[in-house]
Amino acid sequence: MSIDAAAPAPPRKSQSNTRIVLRRLFRKKTVVICTVMLVIAVICALFPGLVAPQDPYDQSLLLRLKPPAFMEGGREGYYLGTDHLGRDTLSRIIYGARITLLVSLLAVAVSTAIGIAAGLAAGYFGGKPDAVILRLIDMQLSFPVILLVIAVVAVVGPSLTNLIIIMGLSGWPRMARIVRGSVLSVRGLEYIDAARAIGAGHLRIMAYHIVPNILSAIVVYASFELARMILLEATLSFLGLGVQPPTPTWGGMISDGRNYISLSWWVSLFPGLAIGAVILTFNILGDELRDALDPQLNHE
Amino acid sequence: MLRYILRRLILTIPVVFGILVISFMLTRLSGDPTDLILPPDAPDSAREAFRRTHGLDQPLPVQFVTFVGNVARGDFGDSLRFHQPALDLVLERMGATLELAAAAMAIAILAGIPIGVIAAYRRNTPVDIGVRGVSLLGQAMPSFYLAILSIIVFSVWLRWFPSGGRGTWAHLVLPATTLSFQLVALLARVTRSCMLDVLGQDYIRTARAKGLGERRVVWLHALRNAFIPVLTVIGLQVGFLLGGVVVTETVFSWPGVGRLAIQAIYARDFPVVQAVVFLFAMIFVLVNLVVDLLYAAVDPRIGYK
Repeated sequence: MSIDAAAPAPPRKSQSNTRIVLRRLFRKKTVVICTVMLVIAVICALFPGLVAPQDPYDQSLLLRLKPPAFMEGGREGYYLGTDHLGRDTLSRIIYGARITLLVSLLAVAVSTAIGIAAGLAAGYFGGKPDAVILRLIDMQLSFPVILLVIAVVAVVGPSLTNLIIIMGLSGWPRMARIVRGSVLSVRGLEYIDAARAIGAGHLRIMAYHIVPNILSAIVVYASFELARMILLEATLSFLGLGVQPPTPTWGGMISDGRNYISLSWWVSLFPGLAIGAVILTFNILGDELRDALDPQLNHE
Repeated sequence: MLRYILRRLILTIPVVFGILVISFMLTRLSGDPTDLILPPDAPDSAREAFRRTHGLDQPLPVQFVTFVGNVARGDFGDSLRFHQPALDLVLERMGATLELAAAAMAIAILAGIPIGVIAAYRRNTPVDIGVRGVSLLGQAMPSFYLAILSIIVFSVWLRWFPSGGRGTWAHLVLPATTLSFQLVALLARVTRSCMLDVLGQDYIRTARAKGLGERRVVWLHALRNAFIPVLTVIGLQVGFLLGGVVVTETVFSWPGVGRLAIQAIYARDFPVVQAVVFLFAMIFVLVNLVVDLLYAAVDPRIGYK
């Protein structure tokens, strides 16, 4: 076929390149620790039934607000204590991973998809589309995100789909900015001119020649964005606007525990640690990924 | 300079328009605002009457023009809960919110910038590594969680500060510190990296070479030049603060606009929600305008082109 002539985009990552990046990544202890944490979180999200010691929905008046098993008065099998309905905190945290990761991942997917499309259009075409998209970005960034998301969720209702769409829509401007910036740095390079000279169309140039070359920036930013979305989801569910009870969510568990913090502080304490750990993991992995992908930082 | 200010002002017009569109669309998102505001069992005649008195039977563009006209006169409609003008309710509580936000910003600037400077100056020492660790943690902790932790430790266990409400200085301590925590972390990080850039410049070597004391070199010559990016971040973070007060005020029962907004959302009191969203966005836009103009004042290279 004649398309083959334009096919091989020169700087596409070769196998050995990926291996170099991976080796550079896993040389660091922090990366190994973070990867282990990530794997644990994913296992909890995928197979909570295998990991959780108790049924997260199982209520028991006799077991109300029991302290963690390692403390005085704790019950065997309820390692992190129980909440005001006698449900096992650890099991609810494990089941909560599913909602948190699902909502945040899909929200990032939505915001990344819109962000890439808008950023590509703005950076590649320049001129009017660029001006319009930049204005839109500025406009949306001029709202306090949390307030806007809260208000919109309150209007349309906190279903799983709504949450994903709204959170996704809240995040696209930043991604679009990153993509636009990266496109600008690639657009003027010679191989793009070469592709155009061979007769490649705009879509082809964007999909095969530009996107593969800015992919690392997108991946790095997406990992930070994931951390932000987890925070947003936690905040929404803390305010009672996330996925509705009795489904366990980390933010919702912290909120449940608020009325009992004077004596039963564990109900709020542990879910927060889970949120913090997951966000920290994604932030650190993002940082390390950025360093590993940046050839200029070799010496560090 | 004047032309720069003018151009910058003209650039805010489409943004303000967008803010108007979004606040307007907020109640129209689910289709018919009557469903949001009237109870589900309201008779059809009441719905008709409500639509007529609020102009909801008009086409959307006409409704939008009416909305903009009303907003221009400061009229967001009456709160459905308090039967007072929504704007008055918001403005009444603005003082409390500004007090909290200003305190948080002050803590962030007074703590974040010096911490960043010291971390940069003592690069890769335990001080620097500690600062980086804490700032990573600061970014990972949701503010409401921090708020609850601080209530557990400082009001329940130690009984140093009250866990909620507003009144004395002691009431301000916990909300302001938790609200500022992420900002401190961010400002420290930004200041650190800007200072690292600046400390490597030739004019710093010159300043040292001509015999100026270290203190003077770092805190005057270097910090002044590292300040512009820090200023941008401060400006951008006003939006974060305004979002943050919503959560912080709710946790600490601080009687401000953020708590009002959340209560209004729970009570489906949409005129109030609209007023808060619009005002917060406007404040944010104005602050960024001021920051941009400040740049031009601080850095003579900007704006004269």
